[in-house]
Amino acid sequence: MKTHTIHRVLSVLVVLTTVVLWQGCKPKAPGSVTTGDAASLAYVPPGKYDEFYNVVSGGFNGQMSIYGLPSGRLFRIIPVFSQFPENGWGYSEETKPMLNTSHGFVPWDDLHHISLSVTKGEHDGRWAFGNANNTPRVARIDMKTFKTVEILELPNSGGNHSSPFITENSEYIVAGTRFSVPVGENTDVPISTFKENFKGYISFISIDPSHGEMKIAFQLKTPGISFDLARAGKGPSHGWFFFSTYNTEQAYTLLEVNASQKDKDFIMAVNWKKAEEYIKAGKGTKSKAKYAHNVWDESTHTGVSTIMDEVLQLDPAELKDIIYFIPCPKSPHGCDTDPTGEYIVGSGKLAALIPVFSFTKIQAAIANKDFEGEFAGIPVIKYEAALHGEVKKPGLGPLHTEFDNKGNAYTSFFVSSEIVKWNVKTLEILDRVPTYYSIGHLSVPGGPTTKPHGKYVVAYNKITKDRYLPTGPELTQSAQLYDISGDKMKLILDFPTTGEPHYAESIPAEMIMPNSVKIYKIEDNNHPYVSKGEGMTKVERKGKEVHVSMTAIRSHLTPDNIEGVKLGDEVFFHVTNLEQDWDVPHGFAVKGANNAEILVMPGETSTLRWKPLSTGIFPFYCTDFCSALHQEMQGYIRVSPAGSNVPLKFSTGKIEDQASGAGQ
Amino acid sequence: MKPLKPISRALVALAALLMISAYFVPLWQILMWAPQYPEGLEMDIWINDIKGDVKIISALNHYIGMKHIEVQMFPEFTYMIYIVGFLIAFGLITALVNKRFILWTYVIILLATGVAALVDFWLWGYDYGHNLDPTAAIIVPGMSYQPPLIGTKQLLNFTAFSGPDIGGWIFLVSAALVIGSLGFEIYKSKKEA
Repeated sequence: MKTHTIHRVLSVLVVLTTVVLWQGCKPKAPGSVTTGDAASLAYVPPGKYDEFYNVVSGGFNGQMSIYGLPSGRLFRIIPVFSQFPENGWGYSEETKPMLNTSHGFVPWDDLHHISLSVTKGEHDGRWAFGNANNTPRVARIDMKTFKTVEILELPNSGGNHSSPFITENSEYIVAGTRFSVPVGENTDVPISTFKENFKGYISFISIDPSHGEMKIAFQLKTPGISFDLARAGKGPSHGWFFFSTYNTEQAYTLLEVNASQKDKDFIMAVNWKKAEEYIKAGKGTKSKAKYAHNVWDESTHTGVSTIMDEVLQLDPAELKDIIYFIPCPKSPHGCDTDPTGEYIVGSGKLAALIPVFSFTKIQAAIANKDFEGEFAGIPVIKYEAALHGEVKKPGLGPLHTEFDNKGNAYTSFFVSSEIVKWNVKTLEILDRVPTYYSIGHLSVPGGPTTKPHGKYVVAYNKITKDRYLPTGPELTQSAQLYDISGDKMKLILDFPTTGEPHYAESIPAEMIMPNSVKIYKIEDNNHPYVSKGEGMTKVERKGKEVHVSMTAIRSHLTPDNIEGVKLGDEVFFHVTNLEQDWDVPHGFAVKGANNAEILVMPGETSTLRWKPLSTGIFPFYCTDFCSALHQEMQGYIRVSPAGSNVPLKFSTGKIEDQASGAGQ
Repeated sequence: MKPLKPISRALVALAALLMISAYFVPLWQILMWAPQYPEGLEMDIWINDIKGDVKIISALNHYIGMKHIEVQMFPEFTYMIYIVGFLIAFGLITALVNKRFILWTYVIILLATGVAALVDFWLWGYDYGHNLDPTAAIIVPGMSYQPPLIGTKQLLNFTAFSGPDIGGWIFLVSAALVIGSLGFEIYKSKKEA
């Protein structure tokens, strides 16, 4: 009996101790993790400017967003691949051609990665590039106007994920397909013929050094695998490009399992200087391909879409010394070159270590033919021959690595939800901080350049859950800002983001701010329907089309009374904003329009198409609060029956005698 | 009559030559600030032109019924170049003639021109600020918008400043040199007498 009581007491004690210990071991609540001076580190007082522009991909919203760092304030969403009713992108007649593709008009896409233009490996502040993951395309954004000025479609690609990474002097951006697909005349083949018919293509897109125009310089025909991410070499490795790959198993179903079988997939090293030599030597073959090239003309404020019909291709299986494979553990995702250009960090997203490859060793291995065999006719370098070393037990699920200006690397870990700081040379782990939650990409200002600006690392998280006030099942995405100026990383700010942020870059404000355009000069406007003054406004009938050349200035539209439109007509409102002062846009909307509004910047002309479906009087008005009399900036358009003889007429400020009014 | 002292003669000639700058730099400036325009708006009056943010200022002023500022509004721009030309020529002639009476004449002409310019500017300002469009969108009872002649004035949400620009300052220096020369002459002759 006694022992029984003792047992009882003991077991109660054990339970109590466990509970106490358990409570003591419980990690701190996330809210308590920031340090005392966090607020002051991220605080930008009212009226003061941020230190960096943070250019962030919008993921499934298809746009780019511009934030300030360290405040995390959102300044602007730049519409790129998706229609944007709030300013008419993809709805106005001028912008519709920008979303044209070989599949016709595509109103949406998924923008994952950002590349800012570089000169000698350093940011030059001229352009930002973004990729369309779904209908393969790349876009160029002018950093003077923060406007999408060019979109180039990529033929022979199944999904442009491995893009738009950029070479040291912005010679090329690349576009590697995430899906291998059959190409050529007959693409109607059984899916099960993957190994035989499916190919992966990598496009090298040249950037005109003066005006930035993109062109597919050449495509490399590579084996049917999936390309994930990429980085250009720099410094000593300039002339090379490194791509991470997965599905070297060449599975075509249940990739979750079937593409994760091999212990190692590959990093693909591309000697693009060599490819250039082959192109010069005439080794390229021209191949038929249909793709759209859309260019924005700032003088006419109009996009022009051209359908292209061929690309130049190289076959590395025949031209042996263009590409090499390097084994990399478990489905590598990030493939990042450090600022010196010597080290290439592969992040196997299912691996428990991070391999770091050495460019010097890769070159030596190629020279010594230190190969372990071939994959689809391409030499595979021995893992150990290319390896600088491995970061041991860094965390779970390494995804991406960025670099600071002190020789350190920062790797994001999705599964263990943390950022780990380590030394690139010694491979020693220096610090780790949790992220809330499940970080994807991360970004150090200037991280992918030869001269990182350092100071911060931003985590772009995949899950926010309890970090913000809940808004039902659908929650905001989020970023977190860490100060990295000291030895330890310090969380200083959480900020919500639009869309789903993938990769982002940051650039010092002083490289962008002085060049920011304030207005478009009205005298330089060459739009075919521009009205450079109210006296030049007009309404013209061209068959069933009625073209209204309208002006907007505080605070009236000219004309604001339009009659003589008939049912069955299509009306084009070509609105010119006559303002020449900063931050005075005018908007335009008409009742019943089946598209959107348009926002017209000072000096710009933009066109809204409107097809009335009934007769009557339709109001239109300015949608952007422009002045104290903005509410008065409105007018009427009259739609008469198809056979009516109401004459075409238009006016502003003309008071008509009731008795003599038209149509009485 | 005694000739002028060489120093006076040189100063008068220098003053006349300095006035040539009037053809190359703005003479007068009007500056405006409002909460929405922390960077300020600027209107520069040149010898035959108005430059700066004239369009923006006109666009704002039309709400209260002020006229659109156009170069054609100012007949002064057609003859100011001759007036300044005359002042320069007269200054050089004064140095050549080298007599006290002509220096007196020159001082009087300069002062009269200065006063006339200010009166002319005030009259324009009065008309611009009072002669408002009766159909203007904003009418503040009893409010007029005459810009300040010289100095600062609050006009609704705008703080307006009016004053000489670089050319105006050079003119003032020229006038000071000429008047100073006359003073010097009078002082010297009294001392010698």
